[in-house]
Amino acid sequence: MNLPFFYAALCSYLLAAAGYLVYIAKSDLKWPALPSFWATVAGFIFHLLYFSLRWAESGRIPITSFFESANFLGMGIVLVFLIMELRFKIPALGSFMLPLVIILMIPTVILSGDIQEMNTVLKSGWLGVHTSLAVLGDAAFAFAFIVSIMYLIQEHQLKAKHLGTIFHRLPSLDIMDTLAYRALTIGWPLFTLGMITGSIWANSAWGTYWSWDPKETWSLITWVVYLILLHLRTIGWRGRKMALLSIMGFIFVLVSFYVIGRVPMGKHTF
Amino acid sequence: MSIVVVGLSHKTAPVEVREKLSFSDALVPEALKMLLRYDGIREGLILSTCNRVEIYTCVLDSLKGVEQIKQFISDYHHCSPASLEQSLYIHADMQGVRHAFRVASSLDSMVVGEPQILGQLKDAFDTALKAKTSGLMLNKLIKKAISVAKRVRTETKIAESAVSISYAAVELSRKIFGDLEGKTVMLLGAGEMAELAARHLQHNGVKSVLVANRTFEHAVELAREFNGSAVHFEDFPAEMVMADIIICSTGAPTYVIGHDIVHKALKGRRNKPIFMIDISVPRNIDPEINKIDNLFLYNIDDLQGVVNSNIEGRTREAERAEEIITQEVETYLQWEQSLDAVLTIVELRDKMEDIRRKELDKTLCQLNGITEDQRRMIDAMSSAIVNKIVHAPIVVLKQAAANAESGDLLSFARKLFNLDKELKKHAHEKGCGSSGKDEPGKG
Repeated sequence: MNLPFFYAALCSYLLAAAGYLVYIAKSDLKWPALPSFWATVAGFIFHLLYFSLRWAESGRIPITSFFESANFLGMGIVLVFLIMELRFKIPALGSFMLPLVIILMIPTVILSGDIQEMNTVLKSGWLGVHTSLAVLGDAAFAFAFIVSIMYLIQEHQLKAKHLGTIFHRLPSLDIMDTLAYRALTIGWPLFTLGMITGSIWANSAWGTYWSWDPKETWSLITWVVYLILLHLRTIGWRGRKMALLSIMGFIFVLVSFYVIGRVPMGKHTF
Repeated sequence: MSIVVVGLSHKTAPVEVREKLSFSDALVPEALKMLLRYDGIREGLILSTCNRVEIYTCVLDSLKGVEQIKQFISDYHHCSPASLEQSLYIHADMQGVRHAFRVASSLDSMVVGEPQILGQLKDAFDTALKAKTSGLMLNKLIKKAISVAKRVRTETKIAESAVSISYAAVELSRKIFGDLEGKTVMLLGAGEMAELAARHLQHNGVKSVLVANRTFEHAVELAREFNGSAVHFEDFPAEMVMADIIICSTGAPTYVIGHDIVHKALKGRRNKPIFMIDISVPRNIDPEINKIDNLFLYNIDDLQGVVNSNIEGRTREAERAEEIITQEVETYLQWEQSLDAVLTIVELRDKMEDIRRKELDKTLCQLNGITEDQRRMIDAMSSAIVNKIVHAPIVVLKQAAANAESGDLLSFARKLFNLDKELKKHAHEKGCGSSGKDEPGKG
C-alpha cells in the first residue's frame, strides 16, 4: 500500500544526487544546488510518510528487519544532512551524502519489504529508543565519514597543487575538520546511549544486560574505536590523520550494519 | 650596434633553474662589470627577479653578442653553456625592444598586469646606472620601456584587474582556514611582493601581522605600517606557533625553514594548519616540508596554477596593450634609426677630418720656407675640399635620419666610406659621448 511513497522517496533522492553531482562537477553552474536541496526535502517527507504508514500498519516502530533498519539508517543520514545543510549551507555535502544514502539503501530495493512477525518478548518501548539512538549515532558517523572524504580530496589537491573542478566547491579544510569532529562528538554519545538503552532492554527481555552476541561485541569494538579517535583528537591529532581514522571508524559501522547484522547467530539477526 | 636580450623566465624555466641562475642584488654591480669585459658588449643591465633573470645589452654584433652573453652566464654561474640552451630565450634588435616593453608593461609576467615588475626594472636600471654600465642605448630603451608601461597602465584595464600573487595567497588561505578573521600572518623578510600579499590578507580579515627581519629596525618599521609587531629574526621559529600564514622572502641563499622548525611549530599549535608561501628565489623553505601533515607550502610557481584562470579574462585588455607596444616599438626604432644616421654623419666627418689632417701634416712637412699665411691658406683649402665632398652625402644621410626605411642606405654609406673598421677602435666612445648630451626623439 505504502510502497509508492518509498519509491517516491528513492526517486527524489536519485534526482537530488544527480543535481548535486552536476553542481559539484560544473563549477560555473550554481543553480542545481537549490532544486537538489528541495528534492532531498521532498524525498525525506515521502520517506517519513512511508515510515509512519508502515509503523501504523505493523503496529510497532518499523526498524526490526534488515530492510527496515537500512531504510531507517538512510532516513537518519538524510536528516543529518538536511540539518547540516540548513545550518552551514555547504551544497557540496549533498554531492557526497546523497550518493551514500542511495548506496546504503540499495539492499532495501533488492530485499523483500514484507512486514515480518516479531517475537513478543521484544515488544517494548525500549525498541524504538535503542534503535533510534543507535541509528542516529551511525548517521552522525556517516556524516563524519563523508566530510572526511571531502577533507582528504581537498587536502590532496592542495598538497599536489592541482586544483580540480571539485576544489572550487569544497568548503575550507578548517570547516571540514571541525564538522567531522563535531559529528563525532554528537555521534559517539548517541551511540553510547544506544548501547546503554539496548542493554537495559536486553535485561528486561532476557534478564541479562550483556551477552556477547556478535552484534554487541562488534558494537563495543566500534565504540572503542571512536573513543580512541576522540581521545587522539584531544591530544592534538587533526587533519588528514583524523580524517583517515574517521573513515576507518565508519567502515566498522558498515561492517556492523551490513555484515555482522546478517550473520545468522545471536539476537540481532534480522 | 644592437639591443640583445638573453634571459629566462617562469615561461621557460622552473624555479629550480631560475634560482640557480639568479643574481643576488648585492652582487649585480660586480656581475655587470664582469659582463662588460666580454668582447663586443658595450652596455649591460641585469634584471633578476623571482620570475625572471634577464640580461639586457647593447652589443656591436648581435650574433657574436649572444654567444658572449651566454658565455658570461655560464662563466658566472659555473655551468655548461649546453645546460642553458633549454631555458634561455634570445631577443635581438626589434624583438629585444619589444620584449623589454612587454616585460615592463607586465605583459610577460606570470600574473599579467601585476605592478611589481616595473619597480624591479627601475631598480635594475638604477643599479646599472650606478655601475656605469648603462649608456646611451640602454638608457633610452629602459626609459622608453618605463614610459610605455605607464601608457599601458593608464590606457588599458590590465593593471586595474591585476590579481597577483597576493590574490592567490588569499584564495588559498580561504581554502585552508575558511574565514580569515582573527588569523595571524607572519612576514619573514621583506619585499614588495610579500608586503602586498600581507596587505591583501589584512584587507580580507587577517587580524595580526608579525614581521621578522634580519635588520630589526626594518622589522619595526614595517610592523608599524601594518599595525603589527616586530620579531627578532632569531626568535621567529618560536613565534611561528602564533602564525597561521607565513610569507617568506628573506633573500637568504639557503633554506631558512626546514623540518625541525616546522615540526616544533606544529606541535606548539596542536597541529593547527600552517600555510607557507615561499616567494623567495632562491627558495627559503625546504620544499620537502610540504609532505608534513597540516602544512601547505606554495612557492612562486605553484601560485601560478591558482591564478591561471584569471589571466584568460584579461586577454582582450592584453591585446590592446600589445597594440600599444607595437606602436611604441615603431617609434623607438625610428629613434634608433635616426641615431644610426647621426652616428654615421659624425663618424664620416671624423674620418674625413682625420684623413685631411694626416695629409696636410705630410704636405706641410715637405714644404719648406712658406709663410704662416700660406700655411693657413693650404689648411683652409683642404678643409673646403673635404667639406664640399662630404656635403652631399651628409645631406642625404640627414634625410635618412628622418626616414625609417633608410637602413640600407646607412649601411651602404658606411661601406662606401669604410667606417665600420674605424668604429671598432674608437667610435663607441665618441658616439656615446657626442650624442649622449642631446637625446633626440622623446616620443
